[in-house]
Amino acid sequence: MACTASRLLDDGKSVFVGTGLPIIVSMLAQRTHAPNLLVVFEAGGVGPRIPAIPISVGDSRTIYRAVMAASMDYVMSCAQLGHIDYGFLGAAQIDAYGNLNTTCIGPHDHPKTRLPGSGGANDLGSLCHRTIVLMRQDTRKFVEKLDFLTTPGYLTGPGAREKAGLPRNTGPHKVITQLGVMGFDEETKRMKLVSIHPGVTMKDIVDNTGFKLIIPDYVPTTEAPSCEELRLLREELDPNKIVLG
Amino acid sequence: MLLQRRLRRVPSLKVLDEGQGELHAWMDPDDARAWMTEKKSRQLNDKVVPIREAVTRFTYDGGYLAMGGFGHIRVSMAGIYEMIRQKRRNLVIAGKTAVHDVDILIASDVVDRVECAYAFGHELRGLSPAGRRAVEGGKVKVVAELSNAAFQWRFKAAAMGLPWLPARVMMGTDTFRYSSAKIVEDPYTRNPICLIPACYPDFAFIHVHRCDKYGNAQIDGAVIEDRELAMAAKRLIITTEKIVSEEEIRVAPDRTVIPFFMVDAVCEVPYGSHPGNMPLLYYSDEEHMAEWLSLSRTEEGVKTYLEKYVYPVEGFDEYITLVGGEKKMEYLRKLERLEVPLSAPWAKR
Repeated sequence: MACTASRLLDDGKSVFVGTGLPIIVSMLAQRTHAPNLLVVFEAGGVGPRIPAIPISVGDSRTIYRAVMAASMDYVMSCAQLGHIDYGFLGAAQIDAYGNLNTTCIGPHDHPKTRLPGSGGANDLGSLCHRTIVLMRQDTRKFVEKLDFLTTPGYLTGPGAREKAGLPRNTGPHKVITQLGVMGFDEETKRMKLVSIHPGVTMKDIVDNTGFKLIIPDYVPTTEAPSCEELRLLREELDPNKIVLG
Repeated sequence: MLLQRRLRRVPSLKVLDEGQGELHAWMDPDDARAWMTEKKSRQLNDKVVPIREAVTRFTYDGGYLAMGGFGHIRVSMAGIYEMIRQKRRNLVIAGKTAVHDVDILIASDVVDRVECAYAFGHELRGLSPAGRRAVEGGKVKVVAELSNAAFQWRFKAAAMGLPWLPARVMMGTDTFRYSSAKIVEDPYTRNPICLIPACYPDFAFIHVHRCDKYGNAQIDGAVIEDRELAMAAKRLIITTEKIVSEEEIRVAPDRTVIPFFMVDAVCEVPYGSHPGNMPLLYYSDEEHMAEWLSLSRTEEGVKTYLEKYVYPVEGFDEYITLVGGEKKMEYLRKLERLEVPLSAPWAKR
């Protein structure tokens, strides 16, 4: 999951990252194919050489050897101005249009599970050019209808983001799970299968998706992680298994 | 004149949608100007007071509180513990990346309402047992939702003396629906744009690296949203790692984030962000965080924690001794400098 996501981040681009796995993935990209990936944190860290996993997207690791220790106003303005290529998020629920829920499970007034809320997720999903989502795939998480729409994907379909007032040519790009990689259909803006991870069957994908996923005639297998990528993850980036478990 | 105006078609701003969340801490900009003019002094006054006195004088039950920093980064724990000891009640808190701050304030019954961009979570450490329990059980109410950018732009609007700021976030989502923002048709582009209402907190605490006795405060590392929050707050209490001379501030004025005339009180509290991180000085105390996260799973545990570390403790130096003293702080300094590996007991599965 982490390796596949890391390969989506091109060298020389900028990524705005959320807590946890997205940070590890960005660190992995920087140590492999994308040494000049510009990582931006919402508390104001711009372009750090992240030395160890930050516990918070605002802690001192996010400004370590950075090009700038700015403010939230500054980095959010950068995103609104168009400087940020990727927004990198996790979520508790996702729907067919890539809309995300990180606010609550159950009704808002009496939640069964209260989650942290938007944080910077709504801002990243609104303002970055391409949103990448990293999450587990099962029918409780890949749902027909979200309990709460925290962060905009393609909302209700083609043209909906623009109609709502969100910046042109933005929206979800890829969704990476433990089972495969999903993208979005150009015409309908609905989620579409891109590749299946090695050892995963088409049935696994379908059984773990709570909405109708577009499945093209030919679906390739995701390229397996390399030994070097696995070594970096296990030995250098997260030796204490804080994120990867 | 009147006739001319009637003949010219004057377009009005079209409101397209309104969030249904409660609007807290908003003020008419003229009222805000009147407050700043009357209640904030442009005179250089010595504002150094013990934290106990600052909390007694400038905080009150039912008020709207904002904490500077980032929830567990450069957060004024001394201010938080003192509000708990003085049994402040029914506060509304700005849940702007609220982490350990909101968690312990909820657990100790100080806060009962949250305006939420981020709360009830401990970032990489997982969800907050105490915060979640309180919301899911109905003890704490979420009065509105919004995003992090929207929250800091609420402070920025206030800092600019404006009623609102336009922004291109939240539109199309339930986050907007539960917020106190409005969407209008922008008269320039004719596209929808979100108006983020100003937020003037009744009182705020900001923990800084150094500050003189007048309140000229300097922060190292990311300032997060504290430049704006300091200007927006109706009452501002600065807690500082150390009080320095006015000259030390004046030789590096470019480092000053908060000038004295925004500040109501200055309290010297070394290690005042513990167990949170103080960038470039000491890292967060993950052993202590693990103890809190484990104890706060039950009401009993919360009581145990508060009786051990908060209620009977006289000053912050006594608290630092309780959590491991200089030896612990030396370890946290080394951790900050990346000289020792991080141990995170909460990550053990």
